Amino acid sequence: MISSTQTARAQWYPIAASADLVPRHVFDGMLLGQELAVWRADDGFANIWENRCLHRGVRLTIGLNQGSELQCQYHGWRYANRTASCSYIPAHPANAPSRTVCNKTYPVVEKYGLVWSLLDQGPTFPEVAALEGSDCTPIRAIPINAPSEFVLTDLSNEVLNISDLGMFTVQVSWDETVVMTTDTGLTMVFFAQPVDAARTIIRGVSTAPINGTVLRQLNHALNRLRRRIEEDAKNIPQIDPIEPIHSSVRAELGTMPDQLETGEASLRVVVKEKIIIAEDVAQFSLTPLVGQLPTAQAGAHIDVHLPNGLTRQYSVTNGPGESDIYTIGVKKESQSKGGSETLHNTVQVGDLLSVSPPRNNFPLRRDATKSIFVAGGIGITPLLSMAKTLHSQSLAFELHYFVRSEDHVAFRTQLDALGASVILQIGLSPNETSGQLGAIYSKPDSTHHTYICGPGPMLDAARAAAADAGWNEANVHFEYFKNTNKIDDSSSFEISLARSAKTLRVEAGKTVLEVLRENGVNLMSSCGQGACGTCKVAVIDGEVDHQDVHLSASEKSQNSHMMTCVSRAKSKRLILDI
Amino acid sequence: MLSSQKSEMYPIAYNTWHVISATDDLVPGKVEQTYLLGEPLQFVIDDTGKPTVWRVGPQAEPKNARAYVNTQLRYGYIWCVLGEPTKGIFEIPEYSEPDRRIMNALSVGINTSPPRAVENFLDMAHFPFVHDGILGEEPHTEVVEYQVDYNEEAGEIWATDCKFYQPKAAMASTEGVMADYIYRVPHPFCAVLYKSSPEDLERMDVISVFVTPLDEEHIKAHLAICILDTTTEFDKDIRLFQQTILGQDKPILENQMPRKLPLDVRAETPIRADKSSIIYRRYLRDIGLRFGTIPEAT
Repeated sequence: MISSTQTARAQWYPIAASADLVPRHVFDGMLLGQELAVWRADDGFANIWENRCLHRGVRLTIGLNQGSELQCQYHGWRYANRTASCSYIPAHPANAPSRTVCNKTYPVVEKYGLVWSLLDQGPTFPEVAALEGSDCTPIRAIPINAPSEFVLTDLSNEVLNISDLGMFTVQVSWDETVVMTTDTGLTMVFFAQPVDAARTIIRGVSTAPINGTVLRQLNHALNRLRRRIEEDAKNIPQIDPIEPIHSSVRAELGTMPDQLETGEASLRVVVKEKIIIAEDVAQFSLTPLVGQLPTAQAGAHIDVHLPNGLTRQYSVTNGPGESDIYTIGVKKESQSKGGSETLHNTVQVGDLLSVSPPRNNFPLRRDATKSIFVAGGIGITPLLSMAKTLHSQSLAFELHYFVRSEDHVAFRTQLDALGASVILQIGLSPNETSGQLGAIYSKPDSTHHTYICGPGPMLDAARAAAADAGWNEANVHFEYFKNTNKIDDSSSFEISLARSAKTLRVEAGKTVLEVLRENGVNLMSSCGQGACGTCKVAVIDGEVDHQDVHLSASEKSQNSHMMTCVSRAKSKRLILDI
Repeated sequence: MLSSQKSEMYPIAYNTWHVISATDDLVPGKVEQTYLLGEPLQFVIDDTGKPTVWRVGPQAEPKNARAYVNTQLRYGYIWCVLGEPTKGIFEIPEYSEPDRRIMNALSVGINTSPPRAVENFLDMAHFPFVHDGILGEEPHTEVVEYQVDYNEEAGEIWATDCKFYQPKAAMASTEGVMADYIYRVPHPFCAVLYKSSPEDLERMDVISVFVTPLDEEHIKAHLAICILDTTTEFDKDIRLFQQTILGQDKPILENQMPRKLPLDVRAETPIRADKSSIIYRRYLRDIGLRFGTIPEAT
């Protein structure tokens, strides 16, 4: 019995039949006054979310189930399968949404042909003994305008008479289940889903398939029951609907502009698979030790903490829908300082690793009429995830993959799945490469965007080719593996922190980032060499001595942002927006 | 609730002029009914177009002098105030220009709160998704930086430098353009849009939304047109264009939960593109408007 909504919120109830969750559909569910958007992703996972986009409160049941993401109908925000974290905000195509922009999700269990959930923390899913091991067949759901405890009482007193099956005799098993058994041994179990204070859905499950004639009789019997219960319920006093709880967003999301994310919370993952997929390239699949992995947006990377104490950054190659796993590609570097070598030689399947949540400093715009990806060697990794994303939305792209030889082509199967948009450029000399790049960039267009990732010289050549052909710098996006510039840390200067009203001194030999951390400002960073962009902060005043490879020349000249791990000041003082 | 209690609870809404009907739609002598701030009203226009509005129900008998509601005509609409007006109706100077086409494009009931409707009117980011092929089109989804200011003295919000790619910005447009917009909120439940005119680059079309607050969660939205358009032959075509737009917004607005606009910053997630809405919510908070809003959690 529902003693109070509070207790009921911590109990499992069926909220839909598994068969209700048909492909690319969003099912409108409700439990205890709380509206639910229920949708099955193409990988089979059933998502149960609060029926409300956290941006402007629009029901997600009017949104689009795109297979791996749910798109809100109002502003096209996309939310990822399983985690419900926002993967794309069309109004700001150049920015990666903050990882913490995440809709409210509820637990899900699919069993006995039904989809089950609960609203608050509660026990693990209780098994229904009468249904275990049988060929469960859900019966049509019967909505009834009466409180659930009322429905259960009436149902318990019911004797269903189905001529083809004989009499059903009723046993009441656990509190909220009504079990009916015929003398022929067929059992039906009925559950009452409390939709709202005075609305209930009876969801019945038979232990064996029932034929059409019997189903029709059963349906008639249940409809009679429905009319009788609703008639009886007219005598009870009217009950107000339960007020839904609209979950609030984290404080920092309620304010503007997007705040810096801090914290280095590490995730524990298990190496599920390690395979050599090309000459010197190993692919690692990482699954969570407990819980769920945050969704990686296209272009995102993770920090991998290695057993030898080193930390290395690797792009996640996942496409949309490949959730709850991070797949990375690692090239064994001949001059490895112990990062790639450890992963190749020491780390094995079953090993535990710590990784950071994914960070996206190489975001993919989805508003280009065409995207051109240029990958050199292992630089394919972030671009593969981007290409898979555009492919899933049928947006136009070309992926040019420059490799030394056929044996060096990694991710072969995944590339094949992308069809003719992938163009392999195998075994070209530096001159031939330049020629190809010239051809690739020969038609600049303000609605085209290009993304480049690869070894330094190749990346420089691609950027130069695009610039020569007249490409707008804002349309050329790139990510270096590392910063090969020699860092000059001989200057000393002051930094003023505008928001926290502090002035600090950065002496020669120390980085801005180190000084900030020593003074309690917990700024995130990742590569530590000015390549990845994680430690970027906004500069309000002062002239920056840029030493990174993350910002483009025009971004550097704008002087509005800096990488605190390597860049310094040309002026005596910098005012930073932190 | 008695109307005196309501006026204490919602002083701002009570002492502000609101539109109740477009005059175009009325037949002289025929008595119409509506609600304003939850109070039932009846109204009529005479042969000269002069409106009379009175409260109905047990609290106010018709013909009783106390029952008459303070009324005036402006921009083709009947405006009423239930309490004591603190200021007049805002000015839209373009209405006095002789070459403008002026009409009420439509009046439509929407199950939402008045401020949710105003916020939707101020929003550009939804164009490619809700008005696909008309006011926006994928992949042109970016909302570029624009300016928003609240002028405390005038009590008005102005959003300027707004630009958005539009495949068909108005009835008279034939191809996609980067349309320039200026938005203005001169009233808690009214907003005015100035949009580059396809016919005269120097001047702006003016399209306003005047919201009748029937009650906290039900409105009537009136779309007031004041544009330069010599090419569209029939008024009905201009109306049809605007009706299509609002017809696309209506189901979105009716699926926004909660219906009342939450003023607590943690209730929803604004982004840079929502600057206008951020300032609008702050303005409603600052003036202390309670009708149709959910106050900040304390």
